[in-house]
Amino acid sequence: MTVLLFLIPIALCLGGLGLFAFLWCMRSGQFDDLDGAAQRILFDDAPAPTHDRRPNS
Amino acid sequence: MSNVAAELNETALCRHCGGEVIGMAAYCCGGCEAAHQLIGKSGLAVYYQRRILDAGQRKPRPEDLHQIGDLNAWVRDVDAETAELTLMIDGLHCGACVWLIEQFLLQQPGVVNARVSLTTRRLTLCWETSVCRPEVLTEGVQALGYRLVPLDPSCLVAKDEAEVKALLRCLAVAGFAAGNIMLLSVSVWLGADPWTRDLLHWVSAMIALPAVAYAGRPFFASAWNALKVRRTNMDVPISLAIILAPSLSLHETFTGGQHAYFDSAVTLLFFLLIGRFLDTRARRAARATAEQLLALNAEAATVIEADGTLRDVQPRQLAVGQRVLVVAGGRIPADGKVLSGNSRVDVQVISGESNPIDAELGTAVFAGTLNIEAPLTILVEKVGEATLLADILRLMEAAEARRGRFVRIAEKVARYYSPVVHLTALITFLSWVFIGGMAWQDALLIAIAVLIITCPCALALAVPAVQVVASQRLLKAGVLLKSADALERLRGVDHVLLDKTGTLTVGRPVLTTCSEPARLAKAAAIASHSRHPLAAALRRAAGLVMTLEGVREIPGQGLEWEGPDGIWRLGSTRFTGQRDNGSAAMMLFLVDPQGQATSFEFTDPLRDDAAEIVAALKTIGPVEIWSGDRAPTVEVCADAVGIIDWHAQALPTDKVARLEALRADGRNVLMIGDGINDAPALRAAVVSMAPASGAEIAQNAADLVFQGDHLAPVLVALNTAKTADRLVRQNLAISLTYNLAAVPLAIIGLVTPLIAALAMSSSSIIVVLNALRAGKTRGGRPS
Repeated sequence: MTVLLFLIPIALCLGGLGLFAFLWCMRSGQFDDLDGAAQRILFDDAPAPTHDRRPNS
Repeated sequence: MSNVAAELNETALCRHCGGEVIGMAAYCCGGCEAAHQLIGKSGLAVYYQRRILDAGQRKPRPEDLHQIGDLNAWVRDVDAETAELTLMIDGLHCGACVWLIEQFLLQQPGVVNARVSLTTRRLTLCWETSVCRPEVLTEGVQALGYRLVPLDPSCLVAKDEAEVKALLRCLAVAGFAAGNIMLLSVSVWLGADPWTRDLLHWVSAMIALPAVAYAGRPFFASAWNALKVRRTNMDVPISLAIILAPSLSLHETFTGGQHAYFDSAVTLLFFLLIGRFLDTRARRAARATAEQLLALNAEAATVIEADGTLRDVQPRQLAVGQRVLVVAGGRIPADGKVLSGNSRVDVQVISGESNPIDAELGTAVFAGTLNIEAPLTILVEKVGEATLLADILRLMEAAEARRGRFVRIAEKVARYYSPVVHLTALITFLSWVFIGGMAWQDALLIAIAVLIITCPCALALAVPAVQVVASQRLLKAGVLLKSADALERLRGVDHVLLDKTGTLTVGRPVLTTCSEPARLAKAAAIASHSRHPLAAALRRAAGLVMTLEGVREIPGQGLEWEGPDGIWRLGSTRFTGQRDNGSAAMMLFLVDPQGQATSFEFTDPLRDDAAEIVAALKTIGPVEIWSGDRAPTVEVCADAVGIIDWHAQALPTDKVARLEALRADGRNVLMIGDGINDAPALRAAVVSMAPASGAEIAQNAADLVFQGDHLAPVLVALNTAKTADRLVRQNLAISLTYNLAAVPLAIIGLVTPLIAALAMSSSSIIVVLNALRAGKTRGGRPS
């Protein structure tokens, strides 16, 4: 049963990774606009901006 | 052939907003033309190919420009150079609108970021303060045809959002913990040797304890609040179970015991959090809708300063003695007297009277009424608390206070259920210790099993899950649910009160008789130069017409056209020199240069399905009309829909008094109304509905708001409420049966963690699956 000593931490780490990813997505606002995200993917890349917005950054 | 049709089709609609146009014109108005050119110039014309116009949304017509006024109060500074602003957008149709607005803004100099959310219909704008001003940016977006309203970040909705996010984080943590502990527990149940079992229990403890401490906070806080005021609610047994179970399991783990309840405690927490999350989200959606409706309808007042300059202010900032300019089509912001201008005012929302009243020098006008024909200058005489509108607001508050708080079914059940749970667990414990002579640790373990088994996890899921599914279904049928418990209140309705104007009727005039139909096209062509509701009705009746040059509008009277053969006039009896025949109907006359007159008669028609819906409503209880309009008009309408019990010239207080009398009789009254005068009654009724075309205050007061020209959504809402109620009751029955079946087992000490986990999960899953049936439509749905 010593195999458990490896398997349990591995399982927990993988689960924890998922949890962390979910919390990170939420924090970065990826769940804020699910309808919009579904539509955005249909559009081509934006036309280049007609002016230089932030010269030094 | 099809090409010609396509061509015709293309030229018959405005190229920008897709609305009707006069003749073969490319645009319906100058605003649309400018917007089309602006989009073309910005290189974003592909928008027109991408968009899918949504008929339920406002057309993207920039003509009815909405004044935002000063934005400084809403701007947040990000750093020294950039600032941020959040606005609500009205008129978003699809992803193409999102794309258009974002691309357009990003092209403007100084804009750092612009992000539109299609879900919340909000625009977040970030710009460099040294390069541009926010007003310039918002005006640009408005010129494209969208309406913008700055959003107050401190409003209730923002707080709700934070709450939902916190719940979601708890949910994620509880889900992670429940999944992992369940995996470990399955190994225990399958029969592990003592050494492995202890190891697995220890690992479970290390996951469960922090998870419960973190994810249990919403329940602990609520239970603590209840206990502080010496009351108990459903969260008290829940908190007890999710604190005691892990604590005792920890004790078992230390002593190498056989059973640990970590899995049950965490799974219970997970399911309860799902219910809590759904419930909070439904409430937030209801509240956000209400706030959005209000904010979009709020209009700025234009003050004329002493030096003649114009300034936009919020209506509540007005002071007595100020002069206010009200444009044609604008709402009057305060009670006052007309100083100059000659127009007509639509007072429908205040009194229910369907004919507009004449407004000239000295006429008293009231806040909330609509100026129809020509600009008016008004001297403000009363503001804020002193206005007629404020009186109505006070009446509303009083009615609300007397209505009493509605007790939701889940609360009712919880009220009786929670003491029973506590008592059962306590009696079990005491019996085992004193009668059974058991060690207190073992007895406590059994008592905790009773708590877990009786814990209302399916109960907590039963109501919110049905609520979410049902409100989705209503949204599809064009009904917005504004208060979260409206569905439950709607179920018990056994009496209906209706307003007439704008509720049973469409609320806008339609041409009924025309003495000489051949003249209709001519009249409509002249009328196309006016925004008066009767002129608009003529235009609608005539279909597409050619526009005429040289038409003059004489404010408050009519229109004049200088044709090749002389002067044509279209307008009121007085303006066209006709004899007043005393008819109550709304009339217009067209007089040709020879003096020959054609009359046009208008009425406010019933909604298409009014009679049908009233007949359906009669099957659930008595139906009455209470209108502020004059008796003859109400009678005609009541006869047409088949209502015997009608009351005309009713004041807001009359309606409220009637509702209170009915309540005293124990009736559950549904009130449907659209005007400011209906608002107190809408609050006084057990449950209320308002059409989306109604006054903002009525929509605010009502529990549900329905869209479109039909009354059918009323029936859909009633049917949905019935279905939802049946499902909630079924769900409660299912979860209680489960609990009751398992309680005896728990009391005699036979419940192992395996049985507890199975009973809980399966009842929760059955309850959720049952709730999904609320989404199925059965009859009463508009085509």
